[in-house]
Amino acid sequence: MSSYSVSAERPDYQTLNRRAKTGLRFLLAAITSLFFLFILALMIRAQFNDWESLSAPWNPLANPAPLWVNTLMLALGSASMQWARVAARKHHRELALQVMLLAGFFTLAFLVGQVWLWRQLSALGFYASANPANGFFYMLTGVHAVHMLGGLIGWSKTLLSAKRYANEKFSTAVELCAIYWHYLLGIWLVLFALLVCEPETFAAIASFCGF
Amino acid sequence: MAYAEDAELEELHEPHSFWTKYIWSQDHKVIAIQYSLTAIFVGLIALVLSGLMRMQIGFPGSLETVDPTAYYQYMTMHGMIMVIYLLTALFLGGFGNYLIPLMVGARDMVFPFVNMLSYWAYLLSVIILLASFFVPGGATGAGWTLYPPQAITPGTPGTDWGIVLMLVSLAVFIVAATMGGLNYVTTVLQARTHGMTLFRMPLSVWGIFVATILALLAFPALFVSAVMMLFDKLLGTSFFMPEMMSLGQQLDHKGGSPILFQHLFWFFGHPEVYIVALPAFGLVSDLISTHSRKNIFGYRMMVWAIVAIGGLSFIVWAHHMYVSGMNPYFGFFFATTTLIIAVPTALKVYNWLLTLWRGDIHMTVPMLFSLAFIMTFLVGGLTGLFLGNVIVDIPLSDTYFVVAHFHMVMGVAPILVVFGAIYHWYPKITGRMMNDTIGKWHFWITFIGTYLIYFPMHYLGIQGMPRRYFSYEEIEFIPQSAHDLNTFITVTAIFVGVAQLLFVFNMFHSLFYGREAGPNPWRATSLEWQTPQTPPVHGNWPQKLPVVYRWAYDYSVPGMEEDYTPQTVPDDPAHESIQHDEAGNPDGAPA
Repeated sequence: MSSYSVSAERPDYQTLNRRAKTGLRFLLAAITSLFFLFILALMIRAQFNDWESLSAPWNPLANPAPLWVNTLMLALGSASMQWARVAARKHHRELALQVMLLAGFFTLAFLVGQVWLWRQLSALGFYASANPANGFFYMLTGVHAVHMLGGLIGWSKTLLSAKRYANEKFSTAVELCAIYWHYLLGIWLVLFALLVCEPETFAAIASFCGF
Repeated sequence: MAYAEDAELEELHEPHSFWTKYIWSQDHKVIAIQYSLTAIFVGLIALVLSGLMRMQIGFPGSLETVDPTAYYQYMTMHGMIMVIYLLTALFLGGFGNYLIPLMVGARDMVFPFVNMLSYWAYLLSVIILLASFFVPGGATGAGWTLYPPQAITPGTPGTDWGIVLMLVSLAVFIVAATMGGLNYVTTVLQARTHGMTLFRMPLSVWGIFVATILALLAFPALFVSAVMMLFDKLLGTSFFMPEMMSLGQQLDHKGGSPILFQHLFWFFGHPEVYIVALPAFGLVSDLISTHSRKNIFGYRMMVWAIVAIGGLSFIVWAHHMYVSGMNPYFGFFFATTTLIIAVPTALKVYNWLLTLWRGDIHMTVPMLFSLAFIMTFLVGGLTGLFLGNVIVDIPLSDTYFVVAHFHMVMGVAPILVVFGAIYHWYPKITGRMMNDTIGKWHFWITFIGTYLIYFPMHYLGIQGMPRRYFSYEEIEFIPQSAHDLNTFITVTAIFVGVAQLLFVFNMFHSLFYGREAGPNPWRATSLEWQTPQTPPVHGNWPQKLPVVYRWAYDYSVPGMEEDYTPQTVPDDPAHESIQHDEAGNPDGAPA
């Protein structure tokens, strides 16, 4: 059979890093396609005259403070991930682990904040079915949250396996988490901007894009 | 350090228990077989469903169980299973998994655990889909395109549970396809062995690689439409659902856009045609070259044609929607792009023919299927030119002409490649040859049979026979000759369907009683035929990965002793004995 002894030389983690990053890039491309199409659907649906933005003056998100708070949590999560990335690169493993935990805490706070917001909205009668804008709000924030949860699986795997990982492998894992977090923060900022837009803004964007 | 040098240092964890070896396996070859067997199983179910439908059309009322509800459920499940759960899964999950690492000289896929998850998610999606037959109301009968509003409006079969399970199953399938797809593209880009440049890869790998990129970018459109429709169905939103009356009742929905769904669906749906076709193009190129003992004609042209078709496939989707009432300029644009995509496609057909030209053609079973593919794809492609033009499409839309077209180009043509490819690579997978006589019977029945089934449908379509109808008996403008033809088609379809058991029998019988194949029975050049063991063992290669010195198509090279020169043979024979220097690095491997 194919079993063979292995050279004492260690594999090069540059290769591992390159492979993992290539995989992540394609994953982010697929996620981009997903959110791009969701946003396109939103832009088209928002052209119909029954669209009533949740940020209209008489609607609950006229004051988007809760969304800003949630955004701050995610931004802090992303910043913490970057800090952990730098620490891991310098082989400060303890510090990197602590900051990773902090990043997870901020991300969980973001998710809890989103759930709290959904509950508030539905308690006020702003159900998904009440208006297409509400439906898109629940759907897009939900899909984004699912992607954050996916990120948390990678995050927890990195934390749980940290003891077994060599420095270079740990550094790669943290780096992948950081890139993913930054990317999802970017997507969230786009979604945030769109979800509190007035219909006129959608009309202007649509007209600019020629549809 | 390059992948190959690194892989030669990594420890190989060979699984030993039955569970880790054959069930929870992370070996790409086992996963490929799992994918393939599941896809073939579910494909046979879809084949039976088509037989039941044909019984209703050819012999109306002959089967009591086939009422209008069952008919539409069978039609929907047949279409969805064939396109997604059989063809996509088989080409990417089956052939992609088996061939990519072997053909590029890798130990395995780069993310084996994710690859394993991909199969189990696929299996879950199949189970969810098949479960919909057994839930209250049965499977959805919305048609494979699942157009709203009828897909979730009472009156359509399966609007209680069936449609929900279908949409959930599709979402799970897309997750599976994404996990697999990330492996395929990353393995191709990052795990090629010494000397395996992109332009030395066999066209099979190119076809699967580009199709995977299409899948990664196009499947999200199906995911988006599935999630939005689930919201409409379960939470009462109106993304796609307009204000309407149904069965005398005013529905709660208002303002949604069914056309939005169509755009999203076909933004996935048309690339999907090429997600199936591009791997078929690649595989058949390798089959034609090997069995005609000729180098592939215009290799680089073939690669760029695959890339061009992949790119263009994203801007032709609305040719499926000409009857939706679109702006004429919009229709003009999509008709033009549809005609443009025919150029690289025709180029590939010419190159296959030029590969065959004056070749030493061996009429093996894989070659027979390859030749049949070229003809069938040509026929299906030419009727595609008819339907791509707005003015011709509108009268033919929703007739049997369309059924004939897409079955020829997207059903029969890729399936012929699937068969040819299985007959071709079976010896490497199992170590044994499939029975040649049974294979030839299978080929001739399938080839002639499918033409007898689908050729007459063009005539029925031009006569105006509409598709998707449960019964044609009461329609006055359909002449008796059309009914007779339908009876003929049904008899042939049942015969051809049953004849596929020859293939299933051959596959399992040859596993135990087939002739020993040896490592390279077709005397092929590509890497998978150069493995030290057949079937290849875990890790594929010994500690040193193979070194590649040439492309995969050196057949009948003048001056060479043999009529094939494997990719591992150096130009300068002196290199043969010193493939690695003292440090274990390849010596003389070209960049």
